[in-house]
Parts: sequence; C-alpha cells; structure tokens
Amino acid sequence: MTILEATGLTITLDGQPLVRDVSFGLAARDRVGLIGESGSGKSLTALALLGLLPPGMRTSGRILIDGEDHLGATDRQWRRVRGRTVSIVFQEPLTALDPLMPVGRQIAGPLRLHQGLNRSDAERRAIEWCDRVHLPDPARLVRALPHELSGGQRQRVALAMALACRPRLLIADEPTTALDVTVQAQILTLLDELIEETGVGLLFISHDLPVVAGVARHLLVMRNGRLVESGPVDDVLRRPRSDYARQLIASAAKVTRLARPSLQGEDR
Amino acid sequence: MSTPLVEAVETIGVPDTPARRRRGCRSPSFVIGATLLLAVLALALVSLAWSPYGLDHTDPAARLAGPSARHWAGTDRLGRDQFTQLMLGARTAVWIGLASVTVAFVIGVPLGLLAAAAGRFVENAVVGVIDIVIAFPTLLLAMLLVTVYGASTAVAISAIGIGVSAEVARLTRISASRVFTQDYVLAARTCGTGPLMILLRHVLPNIWHTLLVQATLAFGVAVIAEASLSYLGLGTPPPAPSWGRMLQEAQSTVSVAPWNVLLPGLAVAVTVVGVNLLGDGLREILDPQLRQERQAAGR
Amino acid sequence: MNDPILSGHQLTRRFPGRTHPALDGVDITVRPGISLGIVGESGAGKTTLLRQLLGVDRPTSGEIRFAGQPLDRVRHREFRRQVQVVFQDPRSSLNPRMPVASIVAEPLRSLRIGTDRAARAERVAEVLTAVGLRPEDGRRYPHEFSGGQRQRIAIARALAPAPRILLADEPVSALDVSVRLQIIDLLRDLVDRLGLTLVLVSHDLAIVSQLCQEVLVMRHGRVVERGPTADVLNNPAHEYTRALLAAIPQLPLDLEEP
Repeated sequence: MTILEATGLTITLDGQPLVRDVSFGLAARDRVGLIGESGSGKSLTALALLGLLPPGMRTSGRILIDGEDHLGATDRQWRRVRGRTVSIVFQEPLTALDPLMPVGRQIAGPLRLHQGLNRSDAERRAIEWCDRVHLPDPARLVRALPHELSGGQRQRVALAMALACRPRLLIADEPTTALDVTVQAQILTLLDELIEETGVGLLFISHDLPVVAGVARHLLVMRNGRLVESGPVDDVLRRPRSDYARQLIASAAKVTRLARPSLQGEDR
Repeated sequence: MSTPLVEAVETIGVPDTPARRRRGCRSPSFVIGATLLLAVLALALVSLAWSPYGLDHTDPAARLAGPSARHWAGTDRLGRDQFTQLMLGARTAVWIGLASVTVAFVIGVPLGLLAAAAGRFVENAVVGVIDIVIAFPTLLLAMLLVTVYGASTAVAISAIGIGVSAEVARLTRISASRVFTQDYVLAARTCGTGPLMILLRHVLPNIWHTLLVQATLAFGVAVIAEASLSYLGLGTPPPAPSWGRMLQEAQSTVSVAPWNVLLPGLAVAVTVVGVNLLGDGLREILDPQLRQERQAAGR
Repeated sequence: MNDPILSGHQLTRRFPGRTHPALDGVDITVRPGISLGIVGESGAGKTTLLRQLLGVDRPTSGEIRFAGQPLDRVRHREFRRQVQVVFQDPRSSLNPRMPVASIVAEPLRSLRIGTDRAARAERVAEVLTAVGLRPEDGRRYPHEFSGGQRQRIAIARALAPAPRILLADEPVSALDVSVRLQIIDLLRDLVDRLGLTLVLVSHDLAIVSQLCQEVLVMRHGRVVERGPTADVLNNPAHEYTRALLAAIPQLPLDLEEP
C-alpha cells in the first residue's frame, strides 16, 4: 500500500527547473535508494516531500500522502504529517539538533506533539528510545546537549527523534556522509535493525553508491533534476539501461575498489 | 546560520540565473542613497566657488526672516543667510567626515590586520584595547582632547577618527580572521609567500568590500559626531560654519523661527540617511556577487 | 640511493586545552619514488601530521628531517620548492579574487623561480596543460570552474615549482564520484610521468590502495600499522585495521573492474 507518491514533481527557482518531472512511490517496508551527484536535485526532492523547500521555489505535480495531495499544503497540514507519517533525518546532526536543548527533550518533543504525552511519560519513552538506538547510559545521556555527544551518537539521537512517533516512512538524506567509516557501518546496521523492528519504509538518499546499494532494494538514479533510472538494485547495478547510470556505476566501481595486487595479479 | 535546508540548498547550488544577477545590480537603496549624498556633496563643492552671500554678510533688517526669494533658507538672529550657512556647513561636514573616516581606517585597518595575523597574546591585547575604546563614548573622548588641546577642526577629526577606528579595527580583525581560516591562505604560505604579501594579495582583496560598506556607515557616524561636537561648542570654532552650531544658535529662537532648527537638522538627517542607504545598497550589490561565486563554486 | 627525503621521528604534538595529544610518538619515512598513504578516521591525527611534514606547524617534541637535515636548518625557500601540497576543499583552496594564472604562478613569484614574467607565464601554461586544462583558462576566475577543475588548478599550482614531493590532503573527498576517478587517474599519471613522490592523506582506504605503495594506519594520534599497501590490506595485523577494512562498504564483487 503506497504511503507516499510523487507524480511529475517539478521544482523551479526563478524559472530554472531544478527538479523535473520526478515520479515514484514509497510503501511500507520499502527500501528505496536515491542516488545522484551534486546538482542532481536529490536533496531538494527529499525536502519537497515534507514541504520543507526554502521560500522562493515553485513546485508543481502531485505529492500524495495517504491519498491526499499535499503539494500546496499549508504548514499546518504539513505539521500533521511530519514526524507522524513521514520523518526525515539529515546529514549533519549538529545543525539538525537544537544546540541548547538536552537531547532527551528533543526526542520527547515529537512524542508530546503528536501523541499528547505528558512530560514524564515522554521522557520515559525518550530514554527507551535512547536504549533502542544503543546509546550508552541512556538515563544520563538524555540530559546531555548535542555538542557533548559524538557524531555517531548524535545521528542515533536524530534517528530516535525521527522514529519516536512511529512514522510509516523515513527519509534519510545522506545520514552517514559526515561520519567516519566505522561509525557509518554501525549506523547503517542500526538503521537496518530499526527498519526491521518498526516496519517503516525507507527512502535513503546518498551520493555514495556502495552505501546505497547495501541498504536499498530498489534504486532511483537522478541526474540534473531528472530521474534517469529506476529498478531493483541488482538490475540497475548489473544491467543499467541509461548511459549515465552505466557510467556512474563504472566510476563508482573503480573508485571504491580496494586494490589488492597479490589477489589480482598485475595491478597498480 | 546553517540549517539543513540552507545546507541542502547550498549543496545543490542555486543556479546563477540572469534574473538573479539583474536583481543584485539594481538596488534602490544604493540609488536613493547615492542621490541624497550627491546632493550634499554638490552643495559642499559648489560652496567652494560660490554661495548666495558671504559668510560674514549680515542683513540686520531681515533677522530671523523666513525663507524668501532673497534668503532661500531664511536668516538667523544676526541676519546671516541660512542657505549660505547650510552650504558651508555641508563643506565642513563632508570634510570632517572624510578626514575622520580616513584617520579611522589608517589606524583601524592595520591594527585589525595585526590582531588577526599575530599570535593569541598580541590578538588578545589588541582586542582588549579595541573593546575599551569602543566602550568609551566618542564625545567624552572629544571633550578630553578639547580640554587639553582646545577646540579645533584637527581635534574634532582626531577624536572622531580615534573613536571610529576601534570599530574599524574590530571589523577588520573579524573579516581578516575569516580569510585566514581559508585554505588558500595556507596554500600561499606553502608557496613561500611572505606574511606581508599574504595580507596584500589575499586578505585585503577579500575584505575590502566589507570595509567599504563600513566606511560609508562610518562617514554617517562621523557627520553626527561632528554635529554633536559643534552643538556642544567643542567642534570647529566660529566663524567656521557647522550644522551643529547652527542648531545650537537657533535653539533659543525655535518658537519664532523654527526653520532655523529644522533645516540644519534635516541636513544632518539627509546626509546620514543617504550614506546609510548607500552602505546598504553597496552591501546588496557586492554580496550577491559573492554569494553567486560561492554557490557556483559549490558545483 | 633510497635515502628518505622527508621523515619524522617520534613526532608528538599537544594542543593547549586538550588532554590527548594529536600526535603521539609518530615515526614516518618518505622515500623517493615510493608513494605513501596515511589513513585514519577523524581525530586520528593525519592532518596534524601533514602540517608537520609541510612545515606549517611545529611538533611539541620530535624532529622532522628533510634530505637528512633537521627542518629548521633547511633553507625555507628550497624546502618550499621541493615540497608542495594539494588541499581537500577546492572551494576554499583558491583565492576567489585572483585569476587562475596568478594563482598558479604564486609559487613561482614567491620562490623567485623563472627569470621574468614571460618565463613564468610559460611555466603556468605548461602546468595547466599537464593537468588537463587550457592555457587560456588562466585568465578566468575560480568560481567559473567546477570542483574537479578547481582541484586540477590546485594541482597545477603545486606542480609549478617542480617539487619532488606532493602532499595531498583528501584531494578527492569533496568531489563527485565520476570526477574523483578523473583526479585519481591524473595523480597517478603525474606521479609516473614526473617522478613525483606522493604522500596521500585520506580516510578512504580504497583510494590509498589505488595510489600508494605503502600505507600508515593511524588512530588517536598513533601509528597502529604500517607496511606495503598490499600486505596491510591482505593481512591486516592490527584489529583496528581489520575493523576499518570490514566497515568499508563495497559493491558486489562481480561488478568490480578486472
């Protein structure tokens, strides 16, 4: 059952189209990867799906969430969706989290807003969530401020915040790009766990092909604002239909290859 | 001020469309400000060659007269033509304004650069001095200097110049520090470029637009400071004309001749508003270019 | 013949206000013609180490030697001619207010290389061509170029004084994947053609594996493993190296180029 459906989504700024005619759907338990290089419009697309585009941008097309078109929705209508039906996690948790608010309260925020919990219940749930995302010493950590946590810990908090109200869809925009590779591996494992546990559908956006390929079952490839390829991950990786996707995969394969000369004979 | 949205937009890179470029170049603030300022400058320049009457000319029969064909701005209590006074006052304001700003920048910019470039100890020392001077009211400083050296144009320029220099130094330090964090400064060091060359070729070219905007604002500050000093009798001594002194002299007769207070006050206001609008306009014009460069570079 | 050209002995760097040293007793040897990779995650100390090798920062203790001499006894200009660097961020490593030719010519001017302006202009054209740009590009400004092209300009600047050693700090991390490949190929090509010795600092083992014959693995300011890249990748001795290797996301094996 499709939860979110974008049809012919077009985003323009000053008459310049930044995203052109993008269509795709997301259902529960989906794992969709959106890959593109800089300027591809992937982040703008993600923002549009939650009505978070900066002012000055014009959108056209349709964004159906649970069958209702939210394209021109008011902020109030969007607020009913954000955090409750669709959540988003960004690349840099330092800027996505309020630097002056203890993280426990930030996780509790959506709980109080959407589920009407009182403060102590919400705090209890926040501690539960901290435990769920494997943060050390949750009872103490809920009082910490974001800058007192490491990058990986902050991203765990961001995930807890995003999933606290059990949304049906999670959009993750480059969630591990700013993290060290070992921390990235931990967060990706955590993401996997959480998706299995909560049944949330995932839209994973990244420029990093191996990461996306590891997470997604369905792959969308964007270039210059257009969706140039869409299909099951294996199909796209092995039998890309568009030239761009073929080039991208070939470059990614070369760039991410761990050259091990003695295994592969002559090498450089 | 980087929120996820701002980051996303910056990463995406807002394209440099012709519409955006045009909007940046046409700035109403700049146009209005420049017009006002040019009017004042014109008055000042013309006064060098001509004015309706001589400075000392008095018309005893027409004291405290309102604006008329003979006296466009009326006369003061001694029968002196106000328009002449306004013109010559403009000259004083512009001269003292420019001179003070020059003094402020000659002192402030090297100090700011020194603070940004030097080690923490020197930087802290300079910042301390700057903060003290900023906290110290310019007028008090002026009074201090006048007490010691007597009232004169030079003292007024020095006092205002020193007072404003602190703010200039502060802004220079902040802007230069930001440039120092850029990799291209480090790259210059690894190219063997010496510190002086780095300041001249890398730092100054990247901060001059900020300093220019500040110079225009400093000019406005200087004009008000000069008017205040003259009002208090601490500025350019008579008979040199000054809007501030015009205000002071017209105070007692304000009920009979309000225009003698209104017009000099308006002159100061027009000058300061004009220069502030000019500064805003400059910022609008200069910044979009920079932002476009930065965003195009994000590609 | 293969005496080290640049080396660091027991380098330690402490920063005021921080409990742990950024570098803790690090030894590093750069031999001519043998490209070296310095790998580690954030906080490993690799950028601090790079700055020591570049001579823009001094160690709290320990010594840097260049061509056998302690660094503070080497003539500044000579060192700068021989050791050049390319930085990570193509946006901030070029002065936005200088035309490209002037940027690339800066080391020539500052180090007094080239007899006159014409000679320097010739050299600028030469290195711009070597990195795949055109001499006419010298008249344009950095913001007119893409990220990959700007990185090429940065490389051209580094090559202008004909250095022996090229230090590169995450030279491709800020670039798109397809562009990364081009720059990696360019670096490989330049190292081969010009006989440069490359010292590459990166968090990305894959890139280091493709460009460097030897590798140093750093963690928390210390070197935890070192050796020929092939050995370290195939038989990682230290558990951190193993964890690092295991964490790297890889495309399915059959997709990799032979």
